[in-house]
Amino acid sequence: MFRAIQETSRMYGARVELLFEAVMQLHGTWRRRSQIADQLYVAGVQVTHVVLLVGLFAGMIMALQTGLYLAQLGQQDQIGVIVALSMAREMGPFITGIVLAATAGSALAAELGTMSVSDELAALEVMSVDRTNYLVMPRVVALAIACPILTIIADGIGIAGGGLVASTSLNVELQLYFITALDALKSPGDLIALPKDVYSGLLKAFVFGIIIAVISCHAGITTRGGALGVGRATRQAVRDSIITIIISNYFLTWLMYQA
Amino acid sequence: MEETTKPQATTERPASGEAAPIIRFRGVHKSFGDKVILDGLDLDVPEGQTLVIMGPSGTGKSVTLRHVIGLMQPDQGQVEVWGKDVNQIARKELVALRKRIGYLFQDGALINWLNVGDNVALPLRENSKLDEAEIREKVEHKLELVHLPGIWDRMPGELSGGMRKRVGLARALITDAELILYDEPNAGLDPEMSGSINQLIAEIADTLGITSVVVTHLQSCVRVVADRVVLLEKGRLVVDLPRDEFLASKHPRVRSFLGDDPD
Repeated sequence: MFRAIQETSRMYGARVELLFEAVMQLHGTWRRRSQIADQLYVAGVQVTHVVLLVGLFAGMIMALQTGLYLAQLGQQDQIGVIVALSMAREMGPFITGIVLAATAGSALAAELGTMSVSDELAALEVMSVDRTNYLVMPRVVALAIACPILTIIADGIGIAGGGLVASTSLNVELQLYFITALDALKSPGDLIALPKDVYSGLLKAFVFGIIIAVISCHAGITTRGGALGVGRATRQAVRDSIITIIISNYFLTWLMYQA
Repeated sequence: MEETTKPQATTERPASGEAAPIIRFRGVHKSFGDKVILDGLDLDVPEGQTLVIMGPSGTGKSVTLRHVIGLMQPDQGQVEVWGKDVNQIARKELVALRKRIGYLFQDGALINWLNVGDNVALPLRENSKLDEAEIREKVEHKLELVHLPGIWDRMPGELSGGMRKRVGLARALITDAELILYDEPNAGLDPEMSGSINQLIAEIADTLGITSVVVTHLQSCVRVVADRVVLLEKGRLVVDLPRDEFLASKHPRVRSFLGDDPD
């Protein structure tokens, strides 16, 4: 037990160190723009259809579950408020984070893991090419950009899905649904004069993107042991990303709404 | 391809330790867990020599090579290259040192999303101030040197094993390295391609006057490229001889090892 805690602490320490190294390499962002664009395509464009599908059904499920209860109370007009706030605050960034961890994160860990076991990372080292600058930083930047953008898409499609269910199954007028949903998202935050529920969700997505990139890159570059090691690294990347997203989500929510 | 045996030059060369070596191992120990890989290894490689390291699998040949370039650190002992302790020098000095060394990995270790030209150009793009035209000229020259002109746009996945190694060698040479380390250059190749790689190694050593260290278990490679051969066993040198003496040696370990040689 003590050894497991020690090992986990050591691993998260190494990940924080990798994040710090990546931040120190941000001055090279412009030089790596084409790699960042490639990663944005892989982690953004190629994942969009999954986020659309999952976001749509997440909004529909939420509308149906809460709507049926609200209908018993005669409050189904409020369904737009609940779906909009839930998607913007929690569901949007959370499901985007999970989808990204499972798709882009696993691909990233497998790609870097394969490079590690086939000596490509050693070759970069021998050529004095900084792997953090060349491999890690572009991926961290790409996921930090992709995750909030995908979250906006998830929020939008989720609210639309909720509207579809509200109008077809709960007899709520579509126009009323969207008016209440948008009104709910308008309240500005204390720090920024933007809708707090939107920017708090996007801030979470930004953090989740960084978490996925750093954990997956770390799993990839520390891979040892051939194909078996690559499989292990991929599994570890997805598992640890999801766990870290969930734990950090609680603390981010506490920070933004309770503190 | 017909293989030609490299002219024996060992009698003209200083024996190990007589001249200031460019690579110097002193009492190097390396273990992975309980498994001892290098057990107090002492080894010198003089400038201009092609040293072949032979030995059974798992005896520390590739580990020895990785110590030269600082990819691994010894648990104990010293590894000096051009008089500098690889594990004690600052990062900046290590980077400068590595620019003078080329390393050919077993499978070429080409970056899989870069085409051949971009792979070979990578060290220059990352670490030099040359403009794109100069880089292109140098890359094309090195690709010609390894007998692969006009394949700039091919992707690593489209290349045969032998071509991948040649491209890896072109990349190792791109910074005009003075020392080349070859890790199993014949691994996974058919006899014809293996012979062609051997000829290329000998050609590069002769025409460019580069010091080379080659890890192999093939007698055919020894015949074509070696000036001197060492046999490693259980992390120690058991034989250290000029090539022809090595091939004619009656040492039981040499006979046993060469006798098992599939070639």
